[in-house]
Amino acid sequence: MTVLLAVEGVSKRFRGLLAVDGVSFQIARGSIFAVIGPNGAGKTTLFNIIAGAFAPNGGSIAFGGERIDGLTPDEICRRGIGRTFQVVRPFPALSVEDNVLIGAMLRRHDPASARRHAHEVLARLELFGKRHQPASTLTLPDRKRLEVARALATDPKLLLLDEVMAGLRPAETDRMVSILRELNRDFGLTILLIEHVMRAVMALAARVLVLHHGAAISEGAPDAVVRDPAVVQSYLGAEAVD
Amino acid sequence: MIARMLDGVPGRGLAVLAGLLAVLLAAPWVANDYVLTVLIIVLYSAYTGQAWNVMMGFAGQLSLGHAIYVGLGGYAAAALYVHFGVAPWLGLVAAVAIAAACGAVIGFLAFRFGVGGVYFAILTIAFAEFARIGFDHFRWVGASSGFFLPVANYTRNDLWNLRGDPTMFYYVMLALTVAAFAICHVLLKSRIGYYWQAIREDEVAARSLGIDTFRYKMYAIVLSAGMTAVAGVFFAFYYNNLFPEQVFHISRSIEMILGPIIGGIGTLFGPLVGALLLTGLSEAMQELLTALRLDVPGAKQVFYGLCLLVVVMALPGGVWPWVAGKLGLTGPRS
Repeated sequence: MTVLLAVEGVSKRFRGLLAVDGVSFQIARGSIFAVIGPNGAGKTTLFNIIAGAFAPNGGSIAFGGERIDGLTPDEICRRGIGRTFQVVRPFPALSVEDNVLIGAMLRRHDPASARRHAHEVLARLELFGKRHQPASTLTLPDRKRLEVARALATDPKLLLLDEVMAGLRPAETDRMVSILRELNRDFGLTILLIEHVMRAVMALAARVLVLHHGAAISEGAPDAVVRDPAVVQSYLGAEAVD
Repeated sequence: MIARMLDGVPGRGLAVLAGLLAVLLAAPWVANDYVLTVLIIVLYSAYTGQAWNVMMGFAGQLSLGHAIYVGLGGYAAAALYVHFGVAPWLGLVAAVAIAAACGAVIGFLAFRFGVGGVYFAILTIAFAEFARIGFDHFRWVGASSGFFLPVANYTRNDLWNLRGDPTMFYYVMLALTVAAFAICHVLLKSRIGYYWQAIREDEVAARSLGIDTFRYKMYAIVLSAGMTAVAGVFFAFYYNNLFPEQVFHISRSIEMILGPIIGGIGTLFGPLVGALLLTGLSEAMQELLTALRLDVPGAKQVFYGLCLLVVVMALPGGVWPWVAGKLGLTGPRS
């Protein structure tokens, strides 16, 4: 396998709290990788370090063989990593189309070709029919897909998804799962999911990393990880059987 | 080029735009000196409102000290003219450069060190106040007793030296206003305009899409400052006098932003509509009060306050988006 993202001993401390404690993992190009763990396990902090919102206190992150730890969020995006936000952040006053268009303009300076690309992405995320609506009028499932669409429009090699399933009903979750699976299959898009919804993790991820109190306690194929006694005890409990 | 600029505007909107332009072009033939003077103020407000709109309306950076750029521009061109005989159109280059550099300094300090929102607004006020106090003691340009240009003789219009009658100033201001609108229209439809709007809407999300927000905010403040300085040059040569207490005063900065707020922040026509409404209505009210012998100092400010109150309560997006929506003057995206 070729490694697209290599996280090596990454730590992040907030005052006295060690939020991420020497976490290492690698994501293979073209794969779907999930990070799970209970609330407060450091998932979102880890995510934000990769996305450039925080610089780590220790360790390194390499993307496509180049160090990216400590770069700013916009530099990380220009390197080819797209992200979504756990609490969605659309550009509320702008139309759905313009939201995605702004993403598309990263690699297409000509507005006409950026708009064509935005249309393709909107169609793929099943938002094309709503493209003239202001983003503020969308429902939560639509906003979640708009987050993905906007990040996708920047042509990322790696897509970071921060709990895109949270708050979705099961039918909406399945819809998102199938969209992500198609993106992975059709474009070879590598995806890193931070996720609580085990239904989605089990359906999508080839590998899963479990965080607990900032440290990695298990890593492997999803069905192996959910049977790992350490994982069951710390986090999943009866939920793993669902 | 023109065809691309008008792309997506419905026919009715184009007709209204063409009609408005025709009326403005023909105005000096029908208007008396008083109406012409009011129209100059309207266009001046529309222009400065548009310049401010670039920063706040498009890029979401609230400046409450835009008078600094008017003052720097006006003083720079006036000083070059009075002391060295440099024609205002050449002085304009220096005026724009100085104001843009000042904008760059303010922008760098604020944006590099993460000063945003209300703190940024306070910083802009502080700079305008520094300038006011500084120019109060700047003897080379008359300090607090004012700086005067040789008063125009009205026998002939000298466009190159900006000496002439109100009609000439009117057309100069009209040309500047049209140019500002055209520039803003083109910018809004291009990458920079979309990036500004992304920053205005959500800066964190904008960065996540690869936008170098520092750079684009710097473009906004430098452009806005430079555009505003052009108005300052006009101001100096039209009124022929500059007093630090007037040009740099915070009330000037506030007046500048009322038009776009009432017309519609972030819209292309908001500044013009707001300027027309505010100046037109306040002049009409002044006439009425004078006729009724109720003219009291401060009536204009009270009137501005009431206008602002009504708009904020009834039409928080401004008058223009509401009017445009009702009349079908703009396309789905503007």
